[in-house]
Amino acid sequence: MVQRTPLHDVHVRAGARMVEFAGWDMPVQYEGILAEHAAVRERAGLFDVSHMGEVVFRGPKALESLQRLFTNDLSRCQDGQAQYGALCRESGGIVDDVVVYRRSAEDLLVCVNASNRQKDYDWLHGHAFGAEVTNESDAWGQLALQGPRAPEILQRLTSVRLSSVGTYRFTDGEVAGVRCLVARTGYTGEDGFELFCAAADAPRLWASLIEAGRPDGLRPCGLGARDSLRLEMAYRLYGSDMDDATTPLEAGLGWVVKLDKGAFMGRDALLKQKEAGLSRKLVGFVLTEPGISRHGHAVLQDGKPVGTVTSGTRSPSLGLSIGLAYVPPALAAEGSTFAVDIRGRAAAAKVVKTPFYAKKTRA
Amino acid sequence: MNYPDDLKYTKEHEWCRVKGNRVVVGITDHAQDSLGDIVYVELPEVGDPVKKGEAFGVVESTKAVSELFSPVTGKVVEVNDPLSDAPETINEDPYEEGWMIQVEVADFKELDTLLDTAAYQKFIQEESE
Repeated sequence: MVQRTPLHDVHVRAGARMVEFAGWDMPVQYEGILAEHAAVRERAGLFDVSHMGEVVFRGPKALESLQRLFTNDLSRCQDGQAQYGALCRESGGIVDDVVVYRRSAEDLLVCVNASNRQKDYDWLHGHAFGAEVTNESDAWGQLALQGPRAPEILQRLTSVRLSSVGTYRFTDGEVAGVRCLVARTGYTGEDGFELFCAAADAPRLWASLIEAGRPDGLRPCGLGARDSLRLEMAYRLYGSDMDDATTPLEAGLGWVVKLDKGAFMGRDALLKQKEAGLSRKLVGFVLTEPGISRHGHAVLQDGKPVGTVTSGTRSPSLGLSIGLAYVPPALAAEGSTFAVDIRGRAAAAKVVKTPFYAKKTRA
Repeated sequence: MNYPDDLKYTKEHEWCRVKGNRVVVGITDHAQDSLGDIVYVELPEVGDPVKKGEAFGVVESTKAVSELFSPVTGKVVEVNDPLSDAPETINEDPYEEGWMIQVEVADFKELDTLLDTAAYQKFIQEESE
């Protein structure tokens, strides 16, 4: 049974093109992916991300519990602050990559990927170490307002002083009369906010934001633009760039693995892997010959497969063919070259620094 | 959607137009619309053979890859090279500026098996139901 977000009717009525994604009937685009992508980079875009899940840890053991399941260090996350990290298995394999919103030491909201709602809840609940764990995914709607104009658009609708909500900080507040958790987080590389509200309020909030942003050229955006925006930033996508068989070290997420914070699920395996050295690494590359590489294409060295492309697209902002791939460490350094097998044709590629897209600083 | 009467169509959503001893080939308005923003196109070279029903190239949008199937058998005599730098032309003008290849056709009778405008429109409608 394909699931629908509280905004499904709004998308269909607006003429969005709907596709199935991770078991959800979601808009892939409204007017067009390139126009939506450009709107977010230059002005603002609004995304329905209600398919994302919310699992909440509560009680005196909440913080301690989640610390033991999360690779990043929540003791360094203040109340009102969010933190990105991974949930790992004992083997070090990634259950999911998540953002934890620490409301207090006894109340933490874990935002999980749509495809992993049930898996994550089962995993977290099954290893809760005394915390009260609730799957609130169906109760929440979630909208992402992203782009350089996002703050001024949102400010028109709320008394929350947004200038005091820093990056990866959040607060409770009302937006257009709707109670929200207002977080300065996102998945596009632009300034912006993610608004968590009651599912039933989502259509009202959506309509208010679209209306308020109209003079600024705000566009409703689909998953197509969300994907090209995140890939330009080299943000990983679970299920595409990583899964239960890859570790955060291989996926280039070592910066959110705090091996010195004390015991946590997967730590021993990750320590061991770090000491032994990695056999593959996720790198960003650009094609130096025509073509577009896609998930599943083989990475070739001297004609032999040595790795796999996990994401690829033509970057709308850069006009280059970009991608992420697992390659042997010997090919992981910036400037390394290999080929990508695009339907039988070997296209030359070069490892580059990520993010691919660097935001222009305002003059 | 627009489907000019002077064209013949395939069930894979290519069109062709007779021009002297050649046939000009492209993709339909319906095809470009379903694909979305086209960002890459891979076409054969002049002199390459093409065969009716077989792939002669690839067109990619921001999300999807789609093969191009030749409506006729023959030899490629001209390729719309500007498309490689401006693939969005296919979205903007699929039947004129967005043409893809011109083929010198061996047997024009092949065209008789293709769909006319009415049959193609009916086919699309059935496909979407």
